[in-house]
Amino acid sequence: MLVSRRGTLRGVNPALLSRQAVFVNKEERLMNKIFWPILLALTLSACGTTGGTQATVEDRTGGKAASAGQAAGAGKTAGTETTALGGAGVAGSALDGSYAGDPRKNPASPLSTRSIFFDFDSFVVKAEYRPVLEAHAGYLLSKRDARVILQGNADERGSREYNLALGQKRAEAVRKALAVLGVAEAQLEAVSFGEEKPRNEASTEEAYAENRRTDVVYADE
Amino acid sequence: MEIQVIGGAANKIAVAMVPFKAAPGQPVPALTQIAGDDLNRSGQFRLVDAGGMPQPAESAQVNYGAWRSKGADAMVVGQVIALPGGRFEIRFRLLDVVKQTQLAGYSYTISAAQWRATAHQIANIVYEKLTGIPGAFGSRIAYVQKRGKSFELRVADADGQTPRTVVRSVEPLISPMFSPDGSRLAYVSFEDKKPIVYVQSLQDGARRKLAAFKGSNSAPAWSPDGRRLAVVLTRDEASQIYLINADGSGLARLTKGGNIDTEPVFSPDGQTLYFTSDRGGSAQIYRMAASGGEPRRVTFNGSYNVSPTISPDGRHLAYISRDGGRFSVVLHELASGQTRVLTDTARDESPSFAPNGQAVLYATVEGGRGILGTVSLDGKTRARLSEPGVDAREPAWGP
Repeated sequence: MLVSRRGTLRGVNPALLSRQAVFVNKEERLMNKIFWPILLALTLSACGTTGGTQATVEDRTGGKAASAGQAAGAGKTAGTETTALGGAGVAGSALDGSYAGDPRKNPASPLSTRSIFFDFDSFVVKAEYRPVLEAHAGYLLSKRDARVILQGNADERGSREYNLALGQKRAEAVRKALAVLGVAEAQLEAVSFGEEKPRNEASTEEAYAENRRTDVVYADE
Repeated sequence: MEIQVIGGAANKIAVAMVPFKAAPGQPVPALTQIAGDDLNRSGQFRLVDAGGMPQPAESAQVNYGAWRSKGADAMVVGQVIALPGGRFEIRFRLLDVVKQTQLAGYSYTISAAQWRATAHQIANIVYEKLTGIPGAFGSRIAYVQKRGKSFELRVADADGQTPRTVVRSVEPLISPMFSPDGSRLAYVSFEDKKPIVYVQSLQDGARRKLAAFKGSNSAPAWSPDGRRLAVVLTRDEASQIYLINADGSGLARLTKGGNIDTEPVFSPDGQTLYFTSDRGGSAQIYRMAASGGEPRRVTFNGSYNVSPTISPDGRHLAYISRDGGRFSVVLHELASGQTRVLTDTARDESPSFAPNGQAVLYATVEGGRGILGTVSLDGKTRARLSEPGVDAREPAWGP
C-alpha cells in the first residue's frame, strides 16, 4: 500500500513532479546527492499515485475520443522505440488533452521512451532516466495486470555468454529500479539478449553505444 | 570448408600419401586427399608430393630408396576394391620408409556413405602410429551458422565437411555443447524471446527444454558422466551457476552472490568447475568444487579472461584473453600457471579442445565474417575451416 507524502500534488504530471518535488525539503536534497534510487523510493509514493491518476485520465480521454487523430498518432508511433535521452521537453505535455490513445505510445510522454542506454562495461542506470522509470513505474502501479519484460543487451565485443550476463545485469538494474519504485515482482521479468540482437550491426563505437541498453517491452504490445 | 595451414612445427614427420589403386574406370574417392588434409592440419606432418612417382598398392612393390630420396619418413599405400552390392574393400598400409617396414595394415569393408569416415580413420591410425597420440580426425564439431536472418545449428566432421543442420531458427542460437557420448547437444535458443537451454538428441532430433526458468537460461556444460549439466540461470539474482540433472530434475544452486558467474565447464574428473566471474572487479576465470565451496581465482593477467575450456587430461585451460582491445586464444598450464597466446587474430571467441587435446577449435572474424579455426597447442599451426559467404560462430568440439 502506497502512502503519499504529497497528497496535494496528486494529478500533477509525474515528470514535472519528479523535477519540482526533488528539492521540497532538506532531507530529499541530501538523499538526491547520496543515491538516486533511494530518492526514487522517497518519491515513489507521489509518483505512483499521480502516475495512476495520469493513466486514468488518459484512459478516460481515450475512451471518449476514438478519433482520427488517435489513429494517426498511434500509427505513427506503433513499433517505434524512441531513443531520446533524458526528460527534457517532456514535462507538461501528457495532460494537455491533445493525445488520445495508449498512454504508453504518447510520444510526448516519458512512457514512450523504451530504451535505457549504458556506458561501456557498466550496468548503472544513469540519473537522466529517472523520469522515464518513474513514468513506467506509475503505469505499472496503475495497471497491476500489466507486465514488462526488461531486455538487456550488450555490444558485440568479447564472449557471447559473458555478454549475455552483462546484458542481464543491465536488465536487472532497470528491474531493481522499478521494484524500488513499488512495482510488484510479478509484473517484471529481466532477460538478456546479450550481443545477439544488436540494434545497430556496425562495429563502431557509435553502434556499440546503441547496443548497450535495456529495452522496456510490455507483454501486451 | 577449405583448410589453410599457416606455419607449423619445426620437426614435421614427412609422409607420402600415395593415391590408392583401383580397377580401371572405377571412381576413386579422395581418400588419401582427405586423410592427408587431416594430417596436414595437425601441424605435425609434412606431405611429400607423390606426383610423378609410381603408385604401389602393396609394400612389396615399394621402391623405398626412391621415396627416401623424396624426403619421405613414412608412406601410405593402398587400394580400393569394388564389391557386389555397392560396397567397397579398402586395404591400406602405413610403411616406415627409413626402416623399410610396415607400421600398420588394415582392411575395411564399407558402404559408399563411409568414404570420409574411412579416410579419417586412416588419418587416425597414421597419426597415432607416428606420434603416439590418438587422432581426433573422426570426431565432430558443432557450430552456429548465420545465413541472412536465419540461424542454423550445424554438426560437421572435424574438418568442417558434411555439415548437417540440426536446428534452424529465426532467433539466435548460441553455446552448443556435445554430451560426452556425442549423442546429444545442449544449446541455448532465443526462439521464445529469451534464452532457454535445450537438450536435443542427434539420433532422432527430439528435444526438450532443460532450463526455462524466469529470467535468462544459458551456458550449458555437461558433466563427464553425462548425467547432469551446469547451467547459468538468473531466476534468483544475477547470472549464477546451477547444477541440473540431464532429465531436468534436481536443480541445485552452486554459486552465490550478486556478481556474474557464467561459462561453467567441468574438469575431466567431474570434481571441479571452471567458470568466468566478475566477482574480483574484472572478468576472470575461477575454479570451485563441483560439490560447492569457495571459488578460487585462476587467471590474474589482464582485465578480461573468459570462456574457459579444459584439456581432456585436465592439465591445460584455454580461454579468451583481452589485451589492448584484441581478443586472443590463450593456453594456460594449470600446474605452472604459464600462459601462451596461441593466435594472432583480434576477435577470437568460444575455444574448445579437441578430444585428443592436441588442438583448440575457436571462432574468429576475418574480412567481416565469422570463421572457424583450429590451432595447435604450440600455436605454430593454425588451420582455417571456412566456407565462402557464411558467418560461422560458436564452435564446440565433440567426441
